[in-house]
Formats: sequence, structure tokens, C-alpha cells
Amino acid sequence: MTLPVVDVGALGLDGGAHVLVRLALDEHKPGDEVGVRGTHPDLAADLVTWCRMQGHQCVSRGESDCVAVIRRGAASWSAWRGAERSGEPDARAEGAIAARPPASWGLAARGAVVEPGGPEPEFRLDLRDELWTDRAGALYAQALAGQWDPAVAIDWTETIHHGAQIERAVVQVMTFLVENEEAALVVPARFLGQVHPHFREIQQMLAVTVADEARHIEVFTRRATLTGSELALSTAGGRASLQTLLDEPDFATASFLLSVMGEGTFVSLLGFLERHAPDPVTRRVARLTCQDEARHVAFSLAHLERHVGVEPELRARLARAVEQRHRALQGTAGLNDDVFDALVLLAGGAPTPEGVALGWQRVQVLQREMADSRRARLNRLGFTPDESDVLSSLHTRNFM
Amino acid sequence: MSNRPFVLGAVAYDPKVVTIWEGFKQWFADQGFAFDYVLYSGYEAQAEAHLAGHVDVTWDSPLCWVRTRRLAEAGGTRAHAIAMRDSDQDLTSLVLVRADSNLTEVSQLRGRTVAVGAVDSPQATLLPLAHLAGLGLEPGSDFTVRRFDVMVNKHGDHVGGERDAVKALVAGEVDAACVIDGNHLVFAKEGTIAAGAVRVLTRTAPFDHCTMTVLDGVDRATADRFVQLLLSMSFDDPVVRPLLKLEGLKQWRVGRTTGYVPLESAVDRLSFYGPDGSILNDDYRSILGT
Ligand SMILES: [Fe+2]
Ligand SMILES: [Fe+2]
Repeated sequence: MTLPVVDVGALGLDGGAHVLVRLALDEHKPGDEVGVRGTHPDLAADLVTWCRMQGHQCVSRGESDCVAVIRRGAASWSAWRGAERSGEPDARAEGAIAARPPASWGLAARGAVVEPGGPEPEFRLDLRDELWTDRAGALYAQALAGQWDPAVAIDWTETIHHGAQIERAVVQVMTFLVENEEAALVVPARFLGQVHPHFREIQQMLAVTVADEARHIEVFTRRATLTGSELALSTAGGRASLQTLLDEPDFATASFLLSVMGEGTFVSLLGFLERHAPDPVTRRVARLTCQDEARHVAFSLAHLERHVGVEPELRARLARAVEQRHRALQGTAGLNDDVFDALVLLAGGAPTPEGVALGWQRVQVLQREMADSRRARLNRLGFTPDESDVLSSLHTRNFM
Repeated sequence: MSNRPFVLGAVAYDPKVVTIWEGFKQWFADQGFAFDYVLYSGYEAQAEAHLAGHVDVTWDSPLCWVRTRRLAEAGGTRAHAIAMRDSDQDLTSLVLVRADSNLTEVSQLRGRTVAVGAVDSPQATLLPLAHLAGLGLEPGSDFTVRRFDVMVNKHGDHVGGERDAVKALVAGEVDAACVIDGNHLVFAKEGTIAAGAVRVLTRTAPFDHCTMTVLDGVDRATADRFVQLLLSMSFDDPVVRPLLKLEGLKQWRVGRTTGYVPLESAVDRLSFYGPDGSILNDDYRSILGT
């Protein structure tokens, strides 16, 4: 057998010659020999040093005009020994997603060959059946395609024609929305850092959701202050309702309460604002945020649908969570009167008997629509119509 | 047999030394071998503590081996090099010059300035200076020695002195610089030396570096078991691999003393230690405060 030879030209070991030598050695097994040809005056001696540091053996035999012959050592293969492939990068591939990825895979890319012996970071959310949905990747892609820049997507210069009382109502609704968006940001953000990186698409979906909510906070704040008004009231009851979401440690339960029940209800609310808000800026802001919210709801429904599929008892747990939250909030005021009245004024468009009558009727329709859509989502998760009726009625009057 | 652990002495030349020996300690414990370690801030104290019987084995720099051997024999006992790393065998040191300098022969260093590492660095000071002396150039009289004392009493284990010497060479402050072969490649990789900026003027004969040293009085069976366990450490073992990487080896080898001949003669030639292990170098003595 002829000796395989690598030619490193004029390169020295001080200029990267080892990169070519390594490529050549990688083609061979430990114990195999590769000759090195080159013209750098220190090449032969420096190769001896390099081989010693790498665990190869330099058998200096000047055959076939080589400056050195290297016998490949075993050390450069050691890291691959006992290493395992951590699934597949493409989630659709067979066996791509592990039921419970080991902690030792840690931050490694899904599909990488993981050398054993590394750290074992604790990611609390590491069970496929409690997180996964095949739709996460597509929803993430949709989210990226749907990102909008508040500075470009909204014309903030449009004139506001309505009077001060209607504007105060708009500001009150915006003030209310901002604290709800805060909850919608904080809850997924808390879980995000606990998801095992193996479930990359889940991380990505949560991450883009957090970014969406950051934008929602921005645009609602900006709309509230557009006419120079000061922000309105944040009620203790409203924040108490949101606090129960922050206090929920279970991913499925939190996702259910926040998204299926809360954000789903918000989709109705934002649709209402898009149709009935008195000015084009508010209508536009509502339209853009509503699209994002619909996606957040779709994601939660998707992973919960799969979850109840593999663990039907989850439904009972979710139902109990709604009941518990209802009891916990019984002592609070629910949706504050200021927000309710503001919605009436805003939808009526005028502080007049006719305006209020119109707004009142529209808010009644909104409340029915909220309840209907909640029942539909509960049905999708496999709750019976009766169960759905009860659970929907127990949902916080604070909407979120 | 008592439960007293086999105690190793090592020098804390870097914070990672704690990580290394804590890791070894745990690994030895997992093998059912009671092991502990003591860290010294310098090799001279380690050699003296070894002779005083404070520890069972020492992880010695080559210079510490030379001193321990001399102290032992002067005291009527003997030192044994029982294990070393694969990366401790057959090293060389280089005298580097700038690629664009007109220095092509060692004799041209006459009247020039040569940068070396710390006063007690075997690889960056004693061996290359003795090498030049062997080629007819007396350090200090035939050429000026510019020393870069980083962490003296750590026998050049800290790379800083060699790096400073090379930086001085690249900056044109000196005409040549002495480094060990491996650090030459490290400095090239980290960018301290640009590709093609320096060349090798001369290279020492091969020599050996660190060793595990025991004295005659050690419990032989325990020392043998210690060596056996070291030799059994496999780079393929993911538990052991990080420790071996930190300590810079792929595999432990049985010790040998043939590789210390060049340093023994350099130490004599440069009057660094006396035959009895006394410290003769005045600069070193004054830095140590002895
Ligand atoms: Fe939102
Ligand atoms: Fe949302």
C-alpha cells in the first residue's frame, strides 16, 4: 500500500499547516500513517511538537520525499466514543424529538453528536408529552412572517376627531390592555428559560410570543399617550386577576388559563376594538395585535390538544384550575367599572344617550361573543358542552 | 493498613490546579484509593517538604526533580521518577529570532540581547542558555540576558514569562527569545506571533519535563498502586478526559530519568544548584529571600 501524503506547501505550524495535516489524518484510522510534504524549514521539527501535543506519533522517515510520517493516535477520536446523536434537526424526521431528552444534551444543537462528560443543566420542562406540538415550527414561521414594526405599520399622525370624554375612555382601555399584555409577556418568559433546548420550536414560539407582547405593550402605551393624556387607573382587582396567572407554576395550566381562556377572550376584545374604536389609530393597533393574539391562542390550543390526547386526566386538572381561580378571585371586583363604562363610551362614539345606547348594545354582543368563543375552544380540548358552559362562565370577569 | 491517604504535593501555579487535583482526588476515591493533596506556592518549599516527609509523592517540575534528587542523595536516600505524562517526554526549547533579522548563525548572537523566561524556568532559561553556552556563547559575557520573571519559584510553569519574552522579540526590544516548542505553537495560534514573523535559530536536544517523584521511604505498594491507577486512566473515559485535558496529557507513562540529563548538566554549568541541592543562584536566592 502506498503511503497517503498531504502537501502543506510553504505553510508552517505557525501558519496553520496543522489544519491540512488534520484533514488528512481524519481520513484514516488510529494507527494508520500519513506522510507530510512541505517546504517550511521548521516543518519537520514543529510536527514532532504538534504530534506530541495531539497524541499522534511522528515517525520521521523521509520516504517519498516527505518531511515526516505521522501515525494517527487514538486521542482525537476519544470525544466521539460514547457520544450520541441528540435527535434530528428536522422535527419531522423519524425519531427527531425525544420523549425526554437527557439533561446532558444541554445546550447542544438538536442533532449534534454530544460528547459525554459535559454539564447537566436542569431544564424543568423536558417531557415531550407536556410541551410538544408538531405545529410549533409552522406557527413560529408564521409569527416571523407576521412581525410588524410599530413605527411603519401604524400611521401615528392620523388626526383624532373625537372629544375629550371619548378619548379618556380610549386611554382607560389602553391602560387596562397594557397590564394584561405585561402578564402575557411575563408568563411565557418565565417558562421559556425552563424548556429543554431539545424542544427548539417550542422555545422559538415562546420567544417570539414574548417579543410580540413587548410590541403590544409599546403600541398600547403609545396610543394611550398619543393625545398627551396621562394614563388612567390600574385597579387592584385587575392586577389580582393577573397575579393568579403569574402564580401558576404548571406549564399546561398556565398556558390554558392565560391563552385558551384569557388571550382567546382578548381576541374577541381586540376584534371589537378594531370594529368599533372611534379613531383609525386605535382600530389599526387593535387589528395588528389581534392577529398576534390569534397565533398565541393557536399555539396553546395545539400543544394542549396533543397533551390531553396522551393524558386525558389533564382535562380534570385544567377544570379544577379554572374553579380554583374563580374561588380565589371571588373576593375581588372583577372587571372594573371604569373599563366597562369606557368600552361602552368608546364603542358608542359619543357621550350622548344615543351613543351610550349603541355602545351598551355592542358591549352586550361582545360579552356573548367572548363566551361563545371560549366554549368553542373548550370543546376543542375535549370538554363536553355542559363542562364548557360551566368553565366558560367561571372565567374571570377581567377578561384575561 | 491505615486509612491515611496517599498525599501528593503540587505547586499552585494557576487556579486550575485546584480543579485538577480535586478531580483526581474524586476519581481516585471512586477507584477505592485514598488520595489527598497539598498545594505549595513554590517548588523549593515543595522539595524541602518532600524531604521532610510531609507528603508521599510530589508532582515535580524537571528542576524540582533535579533538586529533590540532589537533596535526597546528599541526605543518604534516593529519589525515584515513577510516572510522567506522554507530553513530558522529548521536549525541545527553541531560540527564536525575527524572520527578517540578519541572524542566521548562533555565533551572531555575540553582543546581542536574548530574552529568556523566569530565572528558574528550565525550558525558557536554564536549558536554552546552557545550550548556547555549549555552542560557545557564555550568557552574560558573550551576550546580554534579559529575563522575564513571571511567578518565580514556580519553575516557569506559568506561561507568562515566555510570552513576555516573545512579545519583546516581536516588538524589536530584544534580538532573540527562548521558549519551549509547545508554547511556540501556542503563541502562533493565539496570535502573539504572526505567521512567519519569527524563525527558529537553534533548538536544544530533547529533554523531559514533569515527573511524579517518590523517595526511598515511601510505602512501595501504595506508590505502585498509585502509578497503576495513573496508567489506567484512559482518554476514552469521559469522566477522566476533562482532567487529562486540563493537565495536558493523553496518557500517563512510566517515569524515566534519562530525559533529565541535559537539565542536570545545565544546572551545573549555570551554577543554579549545588551537587547537594543547595540554591546557588544569587538572583534566585534574593527573590526567594533566603
Ligand atoms: Fe398581547
Ligand atoms: Fe398574547
